[in-house]
Amino acid sequence: METTIKKQENKASLEQMNIVVIGHVDHGKSTVVGRLLADTNSLPKGKLEDVKDRCRRSARPFEYAFLLDALKDEQSQGITIDSARCFFKSKKRSYIIIDAPGHIEFLKNMISGAARAEAAVLVIDAKEGVQENSRRHGYLLSILGVKQVLVLVNKLDLVDYSQQKFEAIRDEYSDFLKQINTVPLGFVPVSARDGVNIVGDSPKTSWYNGNSLLDLLDSFAKEPKPVDMPLRLPLQDVYKFTEQGDDRRVFAGRVETGKIRCGDEVVFLPSGKKSKVSSIEAFNADKKDISVAGESMGITLEKQIYVQSGEVMCRSDQVVAQVASQIKVNIFWMGNQPMIKGKRYKLKLATSRVPVWLRSVENVLDASDLTTDTTKQQIERHDVAECIIETVKPLAFDLTQEIAQMGRFVIIDNYEIAGGGVILDKVDTRRDRIDDRVEQRERNWERSNITPSMREARNKQRSTLVLVTGEVDTGKIDFAKALEQEFFESGRQVYYLGLSNSLLGIDPGIDIAGERDEQIRRLGEISHLFTDAGIILITSLSDADDFEVDMIKKLNQPSDCVVVNVGQNRFVTSKVDLQLETLDNIPHAIARVGEHLKKKEYLVEYHL
Amino acid sequence: MDHLDELEAQSVYILREAYRSFKDMVMLWSIGKDSTVLLWLARKAFLGHVPFPLMHVDTCFKIPEMIEYRDHFAKQWNINMIVGKNVEALENKRTFPDGNCSRIECCTALKSEALKHTLSGQWPRWVLDHKSGEYVIQKDPVSFTGVIVGARADEEGSRSKERYFSPRDKHSDWDVGDQPPELWNQFKTDFAPGTHVRIHPLLDWTELNIWEYIERENIPIVDLYFDKGEGKRYRSLGCFPCTTPVESTATTISEMIEELKSGKFANIAERSGREQDKEDGDGLETLRRRGYM
Repeated sequence: METTIKKQENKASLEQMNIVVIGHVDHGKSTVVGRLLADTNSLPKGKLEDVKDRCRRSARPFEYAFLLDALKDEQSQGITIDSARCFFKSKKRSYIIIDAPGHIEFLKNMISGAARAEAAVLVIDAKEGVQENSRRHGYLLSILGVKQVLVLVNKLDLVDYSQQKFEAIRDEYSDFLKQINTVPLGFVPVSARDGVNIVGDSPKTSWYNGNSLLDLLDSFAKEPKPVDMPLRLPLQDVYKFTEQGDDRRVFAGRVETGKIRCGDEVVFLPSGKKSKVSSIEAFNADKKDISVAGESMGITLEKQIYVQSGEVMCRSDQVVAQVASQIKVNIFWMGNQPMIKGKRYKLKLATSRVPVWLRSVENVLDASDLTTDTTKQQIERHDVAECIIETVKPLAFDLTQEIAQMGRFVIIDNYEIAGGGVILDKVDTRRDRIDDRVEQRERNWERSNITPSMREARNKQRSTLVLVTGEVDTGKIDFAKALEQEFFESGRQVYYLGLSNSLLGIDPGIDIAGERDEQIRRLGEISHLFTDAGIILITSLSDADDFEVDMIKKLNQPSDCVVVNVGQNRFVTSKVDLQLETLDNIPHAIARVGEHLKKKEYLVEYHL
Repeated sequence: MDHLDELEAQSVYILREAYRSFKDMVMLWSIGKDSTVLLWLARKAFLGHVPFPLMHVDTCFKIPEMIEYRDHFAKQWNINMIVGKNVEALENKRTFPDGNCSRIECCTALKSEALKHTLSGQWPRWVLDHKSGEYVIQKDPVSFTGVIVGARADEEGSRSKERYFSPRDKHSDWDVGDQPPELWNQFKTDFAPGTHVRIHPLLDWTELNIWEYIERENIPIVDLYFDKGEGKRYRSLGCFPCTTPVESTATTISEMIEELKSGKFANIAERSGREQDKEDGDGLETLRRRGYM
């Protein structure tokens, strides 16, 4: 009993909040934070004297910003290059203050800082007034999902603590915030240099009746964990540590929203696979049967299903995530190269990682003055664009205004995070880039004098692709080759295509491991050539999912595709034409494929 | 969820993202409190297992209890333990304790250089053979592309500017001005051949959080952190010639937490007992740009 009481007392870790300080370059953000740390006695002993001493030795006037600009380059250039985290405590809670750089060159550093904040303090220089990045930063906050904003009008000492100057800036910036639907918590007249209204009030601004920065920080509200929303559990990984003698198959991830209990029926999206939660697993913790938003956890399932990282687990009794491959989004671009059409990028949303293309640009916004351009068809550095993007496979998501955690993503260009975005809408369309390609291909295809029916009559067969699917290591390749041999020996026009052969020669530079979608696209196009030539083409593809089979079928049009699945049938929507439980008896399996192809009249038998 | 639960959840998330993204990954274990918490968090993330190797760069000037402790728990927790060192500098006595170079040069040789070449596999690695309990030379060492490190933002200025996933180029250099953006828990998990990424799951933890978590989880910690009757204990662990104990009679974790919260260490920097930081004005940044952890 005594130990439990002690534990409770020791759990005194205060609630924590992340705050970002933003604004135009040189408006005094680091000075504000430095002053806040100094006046709340949050600096390590000796730090202030140390920095003052260093300034004296290098004959530079001391600035509070030097307490934060820790890097050599920052001190020599007098600007903040990268966001710094500072820790300090008020009576109410402990804070991580993120001091973000204001120079446009370091916008991506500002974004990194702001994206992890729960609230923002925006600093405007009283003398310079509202500048380009005062507006750009304000706008980006709204996209980044930071809803609570406090505005400091700083350096009032430079304008003789003028109330008029303060009010003019307040009115101008309030108008701007109104345009982007942001209501600030308040405006505070401060001088960080002189310590006015940072921690206490000051006679220098006797005309100001509001609170100091410190008091207002404490009035930011801590957002409650989204426990009462529908469950969204993006799957990070599936673990099985069999070699360590652990037979659990654990589905791991962090609950983004909602809650999950043992016994809940769940569905994984985009695949649509279903199961039921059997247990919640943890190390060095009490057994639980419920897990809620915010927790990194692991579960086991009752029915074993094959799902991969990146899928989103939802509860069957709740509204589930949306699924689409085309979405309307707002993207802000940080890359040195613009985002262009026809280039393959990677999208990361929650735990999914999927190839993506820019389909169309609706308009491009200049966030520093809110003007839009509807003619631009690419997205340049620091642009904010409303556009349609298309993923290679359907994506599970929510709209940003419904479940923010599932409605935001980043875009990778050439190994780098080059853009961030939020999802505004789902685009309802049946047409995707594969349809566009196939249509274009068919329109421009040069046809010879030999028609498909002439080939059929000559070859005594109707061309098709025989696609052997199933788990890895089930002997599919040997089987596919044996099948080819059998058909060949019985006089058919048949060819076995090894998957990797579709990459050798045509483009040996392709990274086989990372670009499966491109591998599959090529397989589909090559199948189309063979089937157009009247041949029965046999190939095998391990771990194919519904979307991949769909893609191959589309590309192989107008010829057919016969799906032969070996072992567990992991498809949800794709039709398996022939199911083989094992390949233990190859002659038998070959005979079954032969029968099927005869029955469906791919192999034509002549009867006089 | 209290604050420690939130820190734990974020660190576990980061560890799992790292494990998913990097095939050849290693975690650095300095035997100190931070990297021991990191190791514990890995066991949390992977349900009691540690599915990647741990590496300790041994300067051979470590306090002996640290090595005993390392080997004891490496065996008990079934850890794939790797040890690396700068054999050449040690053999030629090119070290500060031997009186042949400055503290920073010594750190650079025994830690930064040893780390860099052990990570890349150019220098020999010794691995713990769990059957014999001995360290044996590793055959065909791979170059690690993901390195998990226990750095915390509150330790020192340059660490406060780190990303959770922080790329290093071919020469292990850190380009502080051009770090990748990191937003909404999307980290840099794509990287060009030849580069590697350092992963910092403890970035948001403070020294106090570390001790609170050690207490809550009952994590076994090397006993150099406690006073053993002499009125002295270590607050930060390193090599014995360059690390001085602090005056303290704390014998339990609660007493230590009390010292940090309101007692004698409430406003004193943690690394104040580490002499190499003081050698030039920016000791740790200089070291970190050269690959120090």
